[in-house]
Amino acid sequence: MFEMIESVFNWIQSQYLIWTVLKIVVIVLPLITAVAFYTYFERKVIGSMQIRVGPNRVGPLGLIQPFADVFKLLLKEIVLPTNANRFLFVTAPVIALAPAFAAWAVVPFNDFLVLADVDAGLLYVLALTSLGVYGIIIAGWASNSKYAFLGAMRAAAQAVSYEIAMGFALVGVLILAGSMNLREIVLAQQGGIFDWYWLPLFPLFVIYMISGLAETNRAPFDMAEGESEIVAGFHVEYSGAAFAVFFLAEYANMILISGLTAIMFAGGWLSPFEGWPVIGDTFLGQGSIIWFLAKTVIFMFMFLWYRATWPRYRYDQIMRLGWKVLIPITLVWVMLSALMTVLGIVVKGS
Amino acid sequence: MLAQYLPILIFLCISTVIGIALVVIGGLLGPTRPDSEKLSPYECGFEAFEDTRTKFDVRYYLIAILFIIFDLEITFFLPWALALDTLGMFGIVAMFVFLAELVIGYIVIWKRGALEWE
Repeated sequence: MFEMIESVFNWIQSQYLIWTVLKIVVIVLPLITAVAFYTYFERKVIGSMQIRVGPNRVGPLGLIQPFADVFKLLLKEIVLPTNANRFLFVTAPVIALAPAFAAWAVVPFNDFLVLADVDAGLLYVLALTSLGVYGIIIAGWASNSKYAFLGAMRAAAQAVSYEIAMGFALVGVLILAGSMNLREIVLAQQGGIFDWYWLPLFPLFVIYMISGLAETNRAPFDMAEGESEIVAGFHVEYSGAAFAVFFLAEYANMILISGLTAIMFAGGWLSPFEGWPVIGDTFLGQGSIIWFLAKTVIFMFMFLWYRATWPRYRYDQIMRLGWKVLIPITLVWVMLSALMTVLGIVVKGS
Repeated sequence: MLAQYLPILIFLCISTVIGIALVVIGGLLGPTRPDSEKLSPYECGFEAFEDTRTKFDVRYYLIAILFIIFDLEITFFLPWALALDTLGMFGIVAMFVFLAELVIGYIVIWKRGALEWE
């Protein structure tokens, strides 16, 4: 019996395509589940922060709520407006979703758990996170509705503005790590919590998180949706499953940005207690996937916290912050971190 | 070398298929009961005043152009950041010279008001 299972297992492993697809499924299924529970978590967290209970009707503690939402959305009509470009209208959500998922291909969960251990991992991630804006622009254009169009223009201008700050923040990481391979970036941060890059690159770390908020169009930078002005922005004409796909893409992007923040600035799967006197010798000192997930959840929680705490920015304030504050700071700090590396103040993998 | 990137390609295909599948399933499961009011562009209950595809603010266009310049700048930074170990102090001085020119451009667009939104 055992031998049969083993031979089947060996056969699957020898079939490259099947094996890869299986690995991808192992990444994507938890991701979709995470998105579902992230929406639940968001409503619970914001509920608690506003002294409400949040969803509590469907299932124990409302835990089945996200699945109820999914089924409801799937069973609703997809309205195709008469003036819309029909093909682009249905393609846009797919274009928004695909990069949000596919970027996980290069994310290292621990030292060996990574689907594609490529040397240009950081470039790939940068490329895919910027692709999401196409979904937004195409959705706004194809809807042929004024609110959708305005929302898309705002979202696109905002996303490209903050992408510059985000790119420069990552250049800082690149200078210190000396590699674009995400696994090697994490390994370069070895040595405990004070060797992670959030400390030497603190301004870039903060700017990366702010840009992450702006890239995913989350509060307080949710001008693209801006309920009080343009109703729902670029997806105002979307309903049913097409809307659900946009929703999925937005939350998958938030989880992705949280995971990337953990990798770039918070040591990925490394343990914060590495090398500490007593605690560093126990299992807590070992790096593992659990640390990576825990850090990701912390950053995911911060996304919700920001939303509950800050009022929405005005559009001119968003653009001023992006172009006149964040870009100069990143430029200065990139050059400073280059100096720090060359003068040997921050040493790789110390 | 390129074989490393094959899983990424497969992943891209699968995530596209997931997106398409969700929209198709929604289209099959959901009802289709069109009427002219429902299919008209949403404008808070008003009849649509005019066509959407008219003129729009030039500043969005301007932002897009500025973005290209700065994004290109980042692509120059990336190989420099990777080679900094071997370049050493020379690399830093060279990048300061390159950056100084860009900062002049940046000051110009700032002073000309290209970054203003009122």
